Amino acid sequence: MSNKVLHVLYNDDDILMDAVRKTRAAHHHIEEVFTPFPVHGLDKAMGLAPTRLAIASFLYGLVGLSVATAMMRFIMIADWPQDIGGKPSFSYIQNMPAFVPVMFELTVFFAAHLMVITFYMRSRLWPFKQAENPDVRTTDDHFLMEIVVNGNENELIAFFQETGAVEVKVIEKH
Amino acid sequence: MSSHYEAPIRKPLIIGDKNYHDVTVDVARPVEGRANKQWWIAFAIALAAFLWGVACVAYTVGTGIGTWGSNKTVGWAWDITNFVWWVGIGHAGTLISAVLLLFRQKWRMAINRSAEAMTIFSVIQAAMFPVFHMGRPWLAYWVMPIPNQFGSLWVNFNSPLLWDVFAISTYLSVSLVFWWTGLLPDFAMLRDRAITPFTKQVYGILSFGWSGRAKDWQRFEEVSLVLAGLATPLVLSVHTIVSFDFATSVIPGWHTTILPPYFVAGAIFSGFAMVNTLLIIMRKLSNLEAYITVQHIELMNIVIMITGSIVGVAYITELFIAWYSGVEYEQYAFINRATGPYWWSYWLMMTCNVISPQVMWFKKIRTSIMVSFIISIVVNIGMWFERFVIIVTSLHRDYLPSSWTMFQPTFVDAGFYIGTIGFFFVLFLLYSRSFPVIAQAEVKSIMKTSSEKYKKLHEAHDNHSHSEHNHH
Repeated sequence: MSNKVLHVLYNDDDILMDAVRKTRAAHHHIEEVFTPFPVHGLDKAMGLAPTRLAIASFLYGLVGLSVATAMMRFIMIADWPQDIGGKPSFSYIQNMPAFVPVMFELTVFFAAHLMVITFYMRSRLWPFKQAENPDVRTTDDHFLMEIVVNGNENELIAFFQETGAVEVKVIEKH
Repeated sequence: MSSHYEAPIRKPLIIGDKNYHDVTVDVARPVEGRANKQWWIAFAIALAAFLWGVACVAYTVGTGIGTWGSNKTVGWAWDITNFVWWVGIGHAGTLISAVLLLFRQKWRMAINRSAEAMTIFSVIQAAMFPVFHMGRPWLAYWVMPIPNQFGSLWVNFNSPLLWDVFAISTYLSVSLVFWWTGLLPDFAMLRDRAITPFTKQVYGILSFGWSGRAKDWQRFEEVSLVLAGLATPLVLSVHTIVSFDFATSVIPGWHTTILPPYFVAGAIFSGFAMVNTLLIIMRKLSNLEAYITVQHIELMNIVIMITGSIVGVAYITELFIAWYSGVEYEQYAFINRATGPYWWSYWLMMTCNVISPQVMWFKKIRTSIMVSFIISIVVNIGMWFERFVIIVTSLHRDYLPSSWTMFQPTFVDAGFYIGTIGFFFVLFLLYSRSFPVIAQAEVKSIMKTSSEKYKKLHEAHDNHSHSEHNHH
């Protein structure tokens, strides 16, 4: 019983949004929604927690800044100090203005790349990963809502047909 | 419907009676269809130019940098001119996708994919010049911070040339992931439409298994926004640092504080011109006139006009400051630019960059596709000469008059440059037939606010409710 799901298809984002609200109000559990483009407000309507990727990116940026500082201090001041153009390398802070460009670039480099890698890992995206959208039309012009079947199946189907769905399918999930 | 409202004064960004499925079909058509004759002709020409460039580079590497026209006085000439020109062109892509995203400019969506492709392809061309100027390109890894025992000494972090290594590689790699992340949903669309197992396999790999879950889209939008926020200062930093290659030196005409903003404005100027050149052709050949509209071209032209004017102000400021500084070397450098042996390149630069974009003040001209195309090419000729003027005229009059000389490019200089143009077009032509050239997922998301069809529906709805109101 519990491994049965409904695939409810819509062909309009506004109808989908209304349907999501009605479904939540009727206390049916929305397992997943697949859409061909970002539907604004869908995450809030579904009650998804906000993503923390931006915070992660900020922290990665701080790591990049620290790596740049430590690397240049080691190379230019500690390991092999040189007197270039009459400007001796006694301390990092005195020579810092020349190091600002690389500090900035590495901050951006770490913040951007590590955030994108985190995103790919969290959303399970990588080459050779098999796609998991149950219907190919969800990357074209259809919106698919996956509902766990609990209780009366026919009643549930009737409920979703009322929400403006273009198709309601019962799927046996393994 | 009310949530999709947009002021009727804003012109539609998607022309015609399009629905979501039409967008899919229109974007997939150039990929799924067969190349026409024009494409093959263009590809053959680009490939020939590219192969000629490969031959010239092989000759350079085999014989040495002496095959170029650079001499003891003019040690930097076509190589760095071409490098700065390509990097400059590479600025529009990230500017369109990042800065215009932060400003919520919906018109970016039809052009950002191709503009970013252009960015990545042109930065690849740019990187070629410093690498082959090294003479021993197999030692190019010496620019990385590697310990002394692996080759040269530690790299010098005081050098703007090293800052450039970090700036360009950060810019190229961040632009690439920004572009690719945006491509995932569109590759997924091509994957799900694919008929043959081979194309399904290829686009399956390219799309990283994108499934379009609500959570994925939430993260996707957050990542796009943060990347835009990071890429905005990044894009400004890249040409700033390129200008430091000159500004931190003690050469008259280079040693000026105006160089960073002046270079950034010039980069955006030439980049937008190149976007116009490419998209005016592509919208026609790939039947995308409904998405890349005359309004898009007009907005691009306005950016070209504004940045061209900033560049013009910078030229005049440079002249004024040279006089006002009281430094006779500076004064001579600028008089020599305008009246010396390279006067023609200076006035070519002035005409192409300062005067030509001013015609865009007239709406008739900036909405004319033919004129826009011509101006976009004129601007890029002008911007090439700007770099030539800055580099060669400042160097050819040394502090030591006995070293004064002229620069004469060789066929190898020209061949290498033509080769990079060929390589750029080879990449862009292949891209235009295998990649989704419009960010179709994003375009679908603005359909209900900004397409002609929905704008008409809104209008009909408004009029209807007004008349109803009057009856009561």
